[in-house]
Amino acid sequence: MWLVRLAWLNLWRNKNRTLISMAAVFFAVVLSTVLTALSDGAFDNMVKNVVSYYTGYIQIHRQGYWDDQTLENTILNTQPLQDSIYSAPGVIELAPRLESFSLAASGDVTRGVLVVGTDPEKENLATGLKSKLTQGKYLDSQSNEVLLCEGLAKRLNLNVGDTILLIGQGYHGATAAGKYAVSGLIHYGAPDLNDRMLFMSLNEAQHLYSAEGLITTYVLLLDQSEELNETASLLRKLLSSRYEVMTWEEIMPELKQHIDTDTGNSKIFLGFLYVLVAMGIFGTMLMMMIERSYELGMLLAIGMKKYKMIILLVSESILTVMVSCLIGMICSIPLVYYLNIHPIRLTGELEKTYERFGFEAILPTSTEAEHFIWQAIVVFCIGLFLSFYPVWRVIRLDPVTSMKR
Amino acid sequence: MNRSTVIDAHNVSKVYNPDTIPVYAVNNVHLHLERGEFTALVGPSGSGKTTLLNLIGGLDRPDSGEIIINGVDITKLSDNQLIDFRLHNIGFVFQSFNLIPVLTAKENVEMIMHLQRLSKGDRDTRVGQLFDEIQLSDKLNSRPSELSGGQQQRVAVARALASKPQFVLADEPTANLDTKSAFNLLDIMLKLNQEENITFLFSTHDQRVIERARRVITLVDGKIASDTAPVNVATTT
Ligand SMILES: Nc1ncnc2c1ncn2[C@@H]1O[C@H](COP(=O)(O)OP(=O)(O)OP(=O)(O)O)[C@@H](O)[C@H]1O
Ligand SMILES: [Mg+2]
Repeated sequence: MWLVRLAWLNLWRNKNRTLISMAAVFFAVVLSTVLTALSDGAFDNMVKNVVSYYTGYIQIHRQGYWDDQTLENTILNTQPLQDSIYSAPGVIELAPRLESFSLAASGDVTRGVLVVGTDPEKENLATGLKSKLTQGKYLDSQSNEVLLCEGLAKRLNLNVGDTILLIGQGYHGATAAGKYAVSGLIHYGAPDLNDRMLFMSLNEAQHLYSAEGLITTYVLLLDQSEELNETASLLRKLLSSRYEVMTWEEIMPELKQHIDTDTGNSKIFLGFLYVLVAMGIFGTMLMMMIERSYELGMLLAIGMKKYKMIILLVSESILTVMVSCLIGMICSIPLVYYLNIHPIRLTGELEKTYERFGFEAILPTSTEAEHFIWQAIVVFCIGLFLSFYPVWRVIRLDPVTSMKR
Repeated sequence: MNRSTVIDAHNVSKVYNPDTIPVYAVNNVHLHLERGEFTALVGPSGSGKTTLLNLIGGLDRPDSGEIIINGVDITKLSDNQLIDFRLHNIGFVFQSFNLIPVLTAKENVEMIMHLQRLSKGDRDTRVGQLFDEIQLSDKLNSRPSELSGGQQQRVAVARALASKPQFVLADEPTANLDTKSAFNLLDIMLKLNQEENITFLFSTHDQRVIERARRVITLVDGKIASDTAPVNVATTT
């Protein structure tokens, strides 16, 4: 089509103007892609951290347990209850836990510990406990061996194969005491956890605390973190009010807040970026229309229909914007991958917050294809939208006034 | 020669600023043009030449009167119909900047035929003829920036003729040209007039151009002050 050829030729008549437009679009695509890849990557990374953190996505307790974490607030671990939890869409795994405090002794050192009785396989599926093993072997539901966190082991001077004594209070005031061999050591990044956690099998814990069949917590693994709140409210409906359903956001509100400010900031920045590009493109279009108004008036005079001029001008902007969107998209791919492999390190407040939870203070980019495609499309649409300006000018074009000089 | 009416304008007026200080740019003009005329529109600056040509060319609308071209009252056409009417019936040559800078001479002329949806074969034959007539067959593939002002105006004439219009309107076509180029352009226009019976209506200030016109219409303050053949009709080449 000769009009498209003319559009193409027109792009080269003022190379600087075309290059300015293209550069604006190019940088917009690259920056917005990197930005969204960063903010989504940070979110994904956070979720990954949380999942492999002790907390899990969602926890279910007896109503009131969170404020009063004692063995009197337990729930009966039954198959029907598990079944109804599993029936909520998004729930793919759950690990039952019996958590309580106890005094641990080794030689003449004593320490307070958090004893976690859990199903070894399910715990691993839900929170990836096995991957935190640094020495020895993992829990076995049949044996009465325990896993110690490294910090705690160090304080108690214990190693794999050593024995630990636990003394505490069981269900309904019963005495809870036992002697256990240490089968392995695990590492948590968060000192809070690393210095005081001990894992044993659920059966063993129920036995220790005289709490047969009872648990304090279900830890849930979901397949899509986006549906976190939906799944939670569904569970609330599904279960009676005897149970409390808490998301990790409710369990760790400050972390949630940090993520929110982070994504909020990047959205604002993204908005600014779009506005800037829009202004850049609009400026060049304004210049172009001033420069070409005589010529367009002449074309109209000699008999070119307005719709053809609109096709001409819109093809010009589509060509400019599309080409630079494509180049921007292609160039942002290696950049995003580079930042995925060499992630940005966080500093200051944010770094401290991350480390408090034992998370690595890095921002890896998300390399999902949708960022590249979406940002290119968004910027393309901005360009397309702005080409309504020349269209509007053509609609109002009058040959006599535009050819007056 | 086949004498028939191409332009028939009655009581045509155009008033600027009717509410404040009205300017009668064109004031109750009657104009009748036959096929094959070679007519100059003259008059002092501000006398309404451009305005009248714009009205006849359907670029502007009169405040009153009718303009009948080839039997059609163009004042009754819609904007869109007017664009099509211009494309098929009127050739335009402007004072300068007639050509699209990014297109070659040939493409500039071809554009009109693209707009008329002529086939490639038809376009090529016509382009060949036209460039012969304007004596620029060797400049087919030159860009406007590579042509002299006179050559550009000749290409503009070729473009005006590309659509086989009823007549060609030219507003001061030689105003930006040196004497030699002006004569050259005029010779070509005259030749086209004599050999192809092309009708020309052009405005000018240029005495050299006026001398060659067959008929001279003088406008003063938007009114036709005189309408005559020039005293010394030039013998054409
Ligand atoms: N858009 C306009 N608004 C107001 N007045 C106008 C406008 N266009 C033209 N005029 C007035 O109309 C009158 C005729 O102008 P026109 O351009 O037709 O003259 P002209 O004979 O072509 O002059 P020149 O020889 O300088 O080209 C002038 O008085 C001019 O000031
Ligand atoms: Mg004029």
